[in-house]
Amino acid sequence: MTGVTTREMTYAAATNEAVHLEMARDEDVVLFGQSVAGSPDDPFLKAFGADRVRVTPISETAEIGMAAGAALAGKRPVVDCTMAEFLLVSMDQVVNEANRFHYMSGGRVTAPLVLKAGYGFTAGWAGQHTGSIYGMFMGVPGLKVALPSTPADAKGLMASAIRDDNPVLFLHHYLLLLEQGPVPEGEHLVPFGSADVKRPGSDVTVVATGWTVHRALAAAERLAADGVDVEVIDPRTIAPLDTATILTSVEKTGRLVLVDQATRHSSVATVIAGEVAEHGFSALRAPIVQVTALDASIAYAKPMEDYVLPDEDKIVAAVRGVA
Amino acid sequence: MKPAEMFRHMTRIREFEERVKRTFTDHPGVIRGHTHLADGAEASIVGSVATMRPGDQLVSTYRCHGYPIALGSDTSALMAEIYGRATGICGGYGGSMHLADPERGFLGTSGIVGQNIPQGTGAAYAAQLRGRGDVVLTFFGDGASKQGAFHESLNIAAVWKLPVVFVMENNSYSAGVRTDLEDANAAAGEPLATKARAYSIPGVTVDGGDPLLVHETVGAAVERARAGEGPTLVESRVYRLSAHGNSIAPPGVPLHYPEHEAVTKYGDVEEYEAAKRGDPVPRFRARLVESGALTADEADRIAGEARTEMQAAVDFALASPHPEPAAALSHVYA
Ligand SMILES: Cc1ncc(C[n+]2csc(CCOP(=O)(O)OP(=O)(O)O)c2C)c(N)n1
Ligand SMILES: [Mg+2]
Repeated sequence: MTGVTTREMTYAAATNEAVHLEMARDEDVVLFGQSVAGSPDDPFLKAFGADRVRVTPISETAEIGMAAGAALAGKRPVVDCTMAEFLLVSMDQVVNEANRFHYMSGGRVTAPLVLKAGYGFTAGWAGQHTGSIYGMFMGVPGLKVALPSTPADAKGLMASAIRDDNPVLFLHHYLLLLEQGPVPEGEHLVPFGSADVKRPGSDVTVVATGWTVHRALAAAERLAADGVDVEVIDPRTIAPLDTATILTSVEKTGRLVLVDQATRHSSVATVIAGEVAEHGFSALRAPIVQVTALDASIAYAKPMEDYVLPDEDKIVAAVRGVA
Repeated sequence: MKPAEMFRHMTRIREFEERVKRTFTDHPGVIRGHTHLADGAEASIVGSVATMRPGDQLVSTYRCHGYPIALGSDTSALMAEIYGRATGICGGYGGSMHLADPERGFLGTSGIVGQNIPQGTGAAYAAQLRGRGDVVLTFFGDGASKQGAFHESLNIAAVWKLPVVFVMENNSYSAGVRTDLEDANAAAGEPLATKARAYSIPGVTVDGGDPLLVHETVGAAVERARAGEGPTLVESRVYRLSAHGNSIAPPGVPLHYPEHEAVTKYGDVEEYEAAKRGDPVPRFRARLVESGALTADEADRIAGEARTEMQAAVDFALASPHPEPAAALSHVYA
C-alpha cells in the first residue's frame, strides 16, 4: 500500500468509518437498527440526521423486509442487526426475498442492502448468541457474505458492500472488535471474491476466516520455528468464494488445512474441501484436514466452550499431521 | 399463597440477584457472557407464580432467575448454573440466560426476544389436549411485543381459546430504548395492554410492584384460561432496578454492572431515584408490617434467612467442579 496513509484503529472503528464515508458520499445510504443512534451525540446521527439514522423497535422481520423494500425504491439501507442470530427470526427476508429479486425480475430490479451483524462471541454467551452461522447463508444464490478478519479489510469490505448492487451480509467477528491494525485513510475498497494471502509460505496451505485467521497466523509462527513454512489464506468473502487463490496455493504446497469456527457440516471449510478435492486433486500430497468447531451448540461453561472450538494447538497438530 | 410467603419469595429473589450482581466484583471472571436481573420485578414474578397449581407451567425470557426461585427450585443449583458449574441446574450448559426446571413446571427460556411466546402458546395447546385444566404462564418483556411472534401467538391463542396467560413485564425499556420511542401504543399515550384489543381478548394493566394486585389480576386470567375461555394479556408495570445486563466485552476484559440506562443514556437521575423509592420489596414489607400481617422481627428473620440461603448458594457454586470439557458433546441429541 505505497502512497496510502494508514493509521492504527480498531476493527469496530474501521467498520464504522466505512459506513460513515459511504453515507457522506451517497445520500441514498441510510442506517437503521436496534443499536444505532444510541445517544444524541452519536456521530452518525450528528452527521446525517435523524431521517437517515434511525433506531428501530425489536422487529427484525420488518427491519430487514423494509430494507429490501427501500432498496427496491432506490435507497441503499445498512441494517445494524446487532447479532447474527437475531436476523434468524427474519430468515425469509434474508435468504428468500431481496436476494432473489434481481434474478426473478430478469435483471429489472436491484436490492442493494447491507445486513451488518456480529458473530462468534464465544465469551460465555451460550447456546443462542455465540454461533458462527455463516454456513447457512453461503450457498444462497444472490446473497453475498463478507467475513473480515482485520481492521483494514473490515473497512474495505464494508465500503464495497454498501456500493454493491446486491444484498450483502457483512459479518463482523465479536472477538475482533477491539483489535487494532493499520487502516488506510479515505476511500478504501476491498473487492469481493478476492482472497488475501495473509502470510506467504511454501509447505502447507492453511485457509481460515475471521478470528481463526489470527489463530492460524500464530500457529504458523510456532511451526516456522520447527521449519514448517505455512501459507495462510483468508477468503475475506465466502460468497463469492475465491477458490482460484486457494487452488494456486495448493498447487505449490500440496497440503491443505482448513480452519473454521463454524460447526463442521455448516462451514466454509467443508465447501472449500469439496472444491479442492474436485479441482486440485492431482496437486494434493496429503489428505485435506479440517479444523472446525465440533458439531454441537456452544455451552455456557468455559471448558465445554473451549473444547468444541478450533484453537492454535489444534491447528499446529493438524499441520504437523500433513507436513 | 399467604402474603408473608410472597414476601419471603420476593426477598429471596432480591437477595439472589444481589449476589449475582456482587459476583462481578467479589469473584471477577466467574460469571461470563450476559446476565439479566429481575430486581424490581419480584412482586410481579411472585404474584404471578403464586397463581400456579401443580400441572401448570411457565416459559420465560433470558431474564429468568426469579421464576424458578418462586417455584421452589434449588437456589444452589441455580447459582451454580450461573457460575458455569457441573452441579448447575442445567449442568453448566445453559448459564444465566437458559435456566429450566421442568419438574417444577419451568419449561425453559429463549434468549431470542419474543420467541418464547409461541412456545408458551404451544405448551398451552398441549395443556388443552391434556384436558386437565392446566394453564401456561408466558412471561416476556414490553420489547418482545414488537416481534411478529407475539402477534401471531395472541391471534392463534385467541382463536383456539388456549389456556395461556401472556404476562408482559413492561419495564419501559428494551435494553436502552424507551418504550415510547418504539411502541405505537406507548407513543400514543395508551397502555401496551391495548394490543389485546386487536385479538379480541382481555388486556389488563396492573401495578407490577404490588404482588397482591398482580396475584388477583393474573389469578383472574388463569381462572378464565382454566375454564376454557382463552387467553388474556396482562401488562405488568415494573421497573428494573439494574441496567439491562452486565457490560458486554471480549474475553479478558472484566465485566461489570453499569448504571441504569435512565441515568447513563437519558440523564434522568430522578426517574431512577423515584423507582428506587418505590422499590416493591421494602414497599411490601412496610405494608405487611403496618397491617400486622408480619412483625418487623419476622420480616428481619426472613431477610436473614434469605441472606444465609444465598450465601450458601454462592459457597456451593464456588466449591463446585467445572464440567468436563468433553461433556460438550453430550446432549447434542436426546
Ligand atoms: C430477536 C432479538 N433481537 C434482539 C435481541 C437483543 N436484545 C436482547 S434483550 C433486548 C431487549 C428486550 O426488551 P424487553 O422485551 O422489553 O425485555 P427486558 O429485557 O426489558 O426484560 C434486546 C433488544 C435479541 N435477544 N433477540
Ligand atoms: Mg423491557
